[in-house]
Amino acid sequence: MDLNLIRSLLGVIAFASFLGIAWWAYAPSRRERFERDAMLPFEDDGAP
Amino acid sequence: MPEIQNTYNYKVVRQFAVMTVVWGVVGMLVGVIIAAQLLWPQLNFDIPWLTYGRLRPLHTNAVIFAFGGSALFTTSYYVVQRTCHARLFSDGLAAFTFWGWQLVIVAAAITLPLGITTSKEYAELEWPIDILIALVWVAYAVVFFGTVFKRRVSHIYVANWFFGAFILTVAILHIANSAAVPAGLWKSYSAYAGAQDAMVQWWYAHNAVGFFLTAGFLGMMYYFIPKQAGRPIYSYRLSVVHFWALIFTYMWAGPHHLHYTALPDWAQSIGMIFSLVLLAPSWGGMINGIMTLSGAWHKLRTDPILKFMVVSLSFYGMSTFEGPMMSIKTVNALSHYTDWTIGHVHSGALGWVGLVSMGSLYYLIPRLSGRTEMHSVPAINLHFWIATIGIVLYIAAMWIAGVMQGLMWRAVGEDGTLTYTFVESVKATYPFYAVRLLGGLLYFSGMLVMAWNTWKTVAGGQPADASIPAPAMAHA
Repeated sequence: MDLNLIRSLLGVIAFASFLGIAWWAYAPSRRERFERDAMLPFEDDGAP
Repeated sequence: MPEIQNTYNYKVVRQFAVMTVVWGVVGMLVGVIIAAQLLWPQLNFDIPWLTYGRLRPLHTNAVIFAFGGSALFTTSYYVVQRTCHARLFSDGLAAFTFWGWQLVIVAAAITLPLGITTSKEYAELEWPIDILIALVWVAYAVVFFGTVFKRRVSHIYVANWFFGAFILTVAILHIANSAAVPAGLWKSYSAYAGAQDAMVQWWYAHNAVGFFLTAGFLGMMYYFIPKQAGRPIYSYRLSVVHFWALIFTYMWAGPHHLHYTALPDWAQSIGMIFSLVLLAPSWGGMINGIMTLSGAWHKLRTDPILKFMVVSLSFYGMSTFEGPMMSIKTVNALSHYTDWTIGHVHSGALGWVGLVSMGSLYYLIPRLSGRTEMHSVPAINLHFWIATIGIVLYIAAMWIAGVMQGLMWRAVGEDGTLTYTFVESVKATYPFYAVRLLGGLLYFSGMLVMAWNTWKTVAGGQPADASIPAPAMAHA
């Protein structure tokens, strides 16, 4: 395979994975889970 | 020892926190000295070790790697423990990173004034020191990721993703860019040549900005702003997209440092396009941090620590807007090699990196000393105002000076000859160097106030090591 084709494909794959990540993060089914994750720094409240 | 295993390792966090303040004072003092040298060149006293060319890399290394680096070690070691509900992976290795890093800084402070340098910007240290840096960095990665692996919560909090990306990327950047052939103990030649050498260097240096000076400090933002504001981050989902967008784009922005050079034109254009794309994740992150305060804006009136954090985000937004604009080739034709670049860098360094580190340290230092707040809260407020006025004076002076220099250098008469000689532009810059010195002096004075406040807080407290929450409380 031509090296430049691999280079172009890499760009396309990277962009597609980014779109996938954005979809994964914003899917309504995961809304609650991320709201819980955001509270992680507050779970140890009380201790300095 | 069971008691130790039930507490967090705050010892190394405390050590790094104190050294952050110490190196902040030292690095900013050197900055003030070289700013004064630009105004009064005789201040080098004809001593080679004190000349501008040798002290300038000492200043950049001290503020970036000694002050900024220690701040990153402090906060990453604290945050990874607190959000993983686990003690640091290895106390011994963590201690090695502290002492190793201090040794690197001392070695830099000795070799740079002696004129020992690779001449690669932000990578000036010679190969024996580079090897020590690599060893310390690998130990840092083992301690950090080892702690993530032994976490007692299922999720890896977003701040740790940013710290992790910073640690991993800096290891790759440092090792690749420092590849060199030694020619004696204190002399080496780069493994790359010509335009490739320049490209590798600026791939390194721009990602030092993107990962050392941005990703790591965003890790601070994602932990300390929610904690200080007492509310979770505005959008956790945005933080996930923010992280990956930044990771996917930063790597390609480096060529914008080499516009109109021997670097191929297409590489310059890629650098420009990716720099422009970077505006989106940068502003997404900034908005995420600032909006965390929505509904709690009144806290800004009374809480000087929050002021530090929110104003740092404002400077982050300003400099990440300015950066992409300056990467546009036609804008760069005006701005490059002028003091505008220096203004841009300091808007990011003093405004964003400096203020967010100071805010985070004001949160941490009392907690590490078994106290609820700093010795003097009004002194935090005083520090905030001196620093902010100093930054504004500094960057405004450099903006005006830079644009003026760019316009003078490109001005041509009707017959095509240059309107101004170079020295005329230097002469016109002189008053702005005075304003810059004043701004730098103010920022440095703020750091002295912080050093005094830190001293009083630590001396009046007892070293405290918080206990780790019981597993029952841990996140499902």
